[in-house]
Amino acid sequence: MSKRITIDPITRLEGHGKIEIFLDDRGNVEKTYFQVPELRGFEVFSIGRPAEEMPRITPKICGVCPTTHHMCSTKALDDLYKVDPPATAKKLRELMYSAFMLEDHMLHFFFLGGPDFIAGPSAPPAERNILGVISKVGLDIAGKVIRLRRECRDVITHFGGRVIHPVCGLPGGISKPLKEEDRLRIVDVAKNGVEFAQFALKIFEDIVLKNKEYVDLILGDVYKHATYYMGLVDKNNKVNFYDGDIRVVTPEGKEFARFKPGEYLSHITERVEPWSYVKFPYLKNVGWKGFVDGIDSGVYRVAPLARLNVSDGMATPLAQAEFERMYATLGLKPVHNTLAFHWARLIEALYAAERMLELAQDGEITDPHVRNIPTATPEEGIGVVEAPRGTLFHHYKTDKNGIITEANLVVATVNNAAAICMSIEKAAKSLIREGKVSEGLLNMVEMAFRAYDPCFACATHILPGKTPLFINIYSKNGDMIKTVGKG
Amino acid sequence: MAKPKVAFYWCASCGGCEESIIDLAENILKVIEAVEFVIFPVAMDFKMKDVEALHDREIAVSFINGGIRTEEQEHMAKLLRKKSGIVVAYGACAHLGGTPGLANFFNRDMIFDYVYRKAPSVENPHNITPKPRTAVKQGDLTLPKFYDTVFTLDQVIDVDYYLPGCAPPPDLIMKAIEAILSGNLPPKGSVLAPDKSLCHTCKRKPTKPEKAIIKEIRRVHEVLLDPDRCFLDQGIICMGPATRDGCGERCINANMPCRGCFGSTSRVEDQGAKFLSALASVIDANDENEIRKITASIVDPAGVFYFYSLPASMLRRRRNIANE
Repeated sequence: MSKRITIDPITRLEGHGKIEIFLDDRGNVEKTYFQVPELRGFEVFSIGRPAEEMPRITPKICGVCPTTHHMCSTKALDDLYKVDPPATAKKLRELMYSAFMLEDHMLHFFFLGGPDFIAGPSAPPAERNILGVISKVGLDIAGKVIRLRRECRDVITHFGGRVIHPVCGLPGGISKPLKEEDRLRIVDVAKNGVEFAQFALKIFEDIVLKNKEYVDLILGDVYKHATYYMGLVDKNNKVNFYDGDIRVVTPEGKEFARFKPGEYLSHITERVEPWSYVKFPYLKNVGWKGFVDGIDSGVYRVAPLARLNVSDGMATPLAQAEFERMYATLGLKPVHNTLAFHWARLIEALYAAERMLELAQDGEITDPHVRNIPTATPEEGIGVVEAPRGTLFHHYKTDKNGIITEANLVVATVNNAAAICMSIEKAAKSLIREGKVSEGLLNMVEMAFRAYDPCFACATHILPGKTPLFINIYSKNGDMIKTVGKG
Repeated sequence: MAKPKVAFYWCASCGGCEESIIDLAENILKVIEAVEFVIFPVAMDFKMKDVEALHDREIAVSFINGGIRTEEQEHMAKLLRKKSGIVVAYGACAHLGGTPGLANFFNRDMIFDYVYRKAPSVENPHNITPKPRTAVKQGDLTLPKFYDTVFTLDQVIDVDYYLPGCAPPPDLIMKAIEAILSGNLPPKGSVLAPDKSLCHTCKRKPTKPEKAIIKEIRRVHEVLLDPDRCFLDQGIICMGPATRDGCGERCINANMPCRGCFGSTSRVEDQGAKFLSALASVIDANDENEIRKITASIVDPAGVFYFYSLPASMLRRRRNIANE
C-alpha cells in the first residue's frame, strides 16, 4: 500500500516549511519534497523606495537574523554610492555583527540543534529541548546562556537602536560613534563570550566527541553529502563574516571559483519549481542536474561547515586551534558530514567572540569619524555578508536620484534549499523502512535539516515538552490511517 | 485552577515577534508558569486537529502576529478567532499590515513575474511559477493560495486589542500579559500602549520646530546627523509627530529617525495623512513655486509615510492594478 507522510508545519523560512514523504508499496521512502509555502515579495515592493531605506526594509525579511540583512543592505549601499566608510565605521559594523553571530550561534547550539546531542537523538521529546540540556549541564549554564544572549543583544541594540530590525547603517558609515564607557562594557561582554564559546566547545567534546554512538552518527552515511561549498574568505583565505571574496570549493576540496560580490551573477543561478515558493540556487558553471550531490551537480552548500571547508583557517588563534582539531579528528577536508555543521558552528562562535574582543580593543574604535557622505551618482550596488545560515546577496539598481528600480536578493538559507531537500530525503530513505515510522526516527529525519540551522529550525526545542512536527500517514486513496505525533 | 490557555501564532511575519518573546529573557519563565501554551509554532508542537477539537472560546487569549497574505493564514486566523475569548493583534504587521504591506503598491502577478521570471539570477526557460496544486508522480503537492493584497488582522477577523511595534518592546508585552491575566483590561479595540505622540517623550523635543522653518527636506544619507537635535529641525523626515509613544525612542537612540511602527494615536484616522499635515505646518514657503520645490524634495512620500501602515490606511492599496 502506498503511503504519504506530511510533516507540517515545520515553520519558518520566510514563514513556514512543509515536508512531504512518499512511501512505495513496501513502505520504503520513494521520494520526499521540502516545500516553503510562503512568499512576501520584498524584491518587488522595494521598487520605488529610496535606497537609503533598504537597510530598514530588508531586515523585515527575517526577525531572527535582521542584523544580517541590515548589514548586507548597508554594504550594498556603500557599493551603490561608491563610498568607502571610514575605517572605524567598518570596524564598528563588524563589531556589532560579531556580537550577532556569537549570540545567534549560541542560541542554536543550546536551544535548537544542540539538544539532539546533549540530551540525545532518541531521548524522549520532553527532554530533547533546552530543559533537557539544563538537566544535563546544570541550571547555572542555562542562566549563562540567557545572560550571554541578552548582553550580546544589548551590544547590537547599542548601535542599532533595536535588536529586532536595527537601523544604524548608512551608505558610507554608521549613524553614531562608540563612546569609551560603552567600549569598556563591550570588552567585558566579548571576554565573557570567548570564555563561554570555549566552554561550549568543551561541552561538545565531553558529551558528543567522547560518545562513540554520536561520533558514528556524525561520520555515518545517513547525514553525508559530497557537494560544492561556498563562503566568504579574507585575503589570506581565512573565514570572514563581514567582508571578502566568495570562494567555492569542489567536493574534493579544490578551489573552483573565487569571485567578488559584484560577480555573483556569473556564478549563481536560481531554479524555480512549481511546488515551492522558494527558489533553488545552483552553480551556474556546473549546471543543474537535479537534487543530487557529486562533482557534476551544481548543488552547493553554505553556512558554518561550508565556510570552514572553503577556507584555509580562522583569523583568530583560539578558533584556529579548534579548526585544526576538527579537521584532524574528522580526517578529510572538505568534511561532507552534515552533522559536523554543529561543530563548525561552535568554532565560528569562538571566532566571533575573539573578533569582537579584538575590535573592542582596537585603538581606532572610538574615533568619532564614522561617516563619509556619499557624493557619487547612484546606479547599481551589490552587498554580501555571511549570515549565520550562509552567504547573503543584496543587489540593487536605482535611478539617478537613488530610488530603487530593481532589487534581487539571494537569501542565506535559500542557498541550502536544494541540499536540505536532499538531506531530508537521504535521512528518510535510510531511517524509514517498511512503513515503520517511530517518533525517534522522525527526530533523526528532522536532525538532517536542523543541522543547517535553517530559519525554520527555530521551530524546535525552545519550550518544554513538544516539537512542532507531526506526521500523518495516508493510504493511497487519501484516507488517514495513522498519526505519529511528537509530544 | 487550570492555567489559562494561550496561543501565539504567526501569519505573514518575519519571526521577529517570536524573538520578542524570547527577548523577555528571564521573564519568559514567569510567563510559562502562568499560562498554558496551546499553540506556539516557534517553540512547540501543535496539530491543527487539536485546535479544531477545542471548544469555542476555550483559548483565553490568542496573540496573532503578521499580516494576512495567504489563504492558510486567513484560515488559521478565523479558526483562532472562533476558539479564543480574546484576540490580540501582536506587532506592526497584524496591527497595520507592516512593512511587507508595502507590497500593496503591487499585486501578485507583478511579484511572481519578477521573483520567478525576471530576477537576474533566475533561469526559468519554461516560465514555471509556484502553483496551488502540482501533480508529481507520487501524488499532488499543494501550496496555499497567495493573495493579491496584504490585509491587517482586523480586516479578516474581529480583533479585541492591539499590541503595537516592530517588534513590541518587552515592557509593553509584560504589561499586556499582566493586564490580561488579571482581567484588568481597557475597552475593546484599545491599543495597549500610551495614547500620545512619540514627540511627547522624545529627548529631542526641546528642538522640535514649533513654527514654519523648514526650507528643504534632506535624506538621511546626505547629511551628518546631529545626535541631539530634532530630526525635523534638521530637515529629515521623522514620523514621530504621527506616531504613538511607547517604544522608548529606540530608533532615535541610534540617531536615526522614526518610521512609525507603533501606528498613530487613537485620535488619528490615517497615519500618513496625519504626518503630511504635521509636516505642512513646519514647512516655510511663501509661494506655490517654493512649496512645489520643497515637496519635490520629499522622495517616495507614500512609501515613507506609510512605511508600516499602508494596508491599514485609507489608501489600503494601489487601486488601478487590483484585479481580485
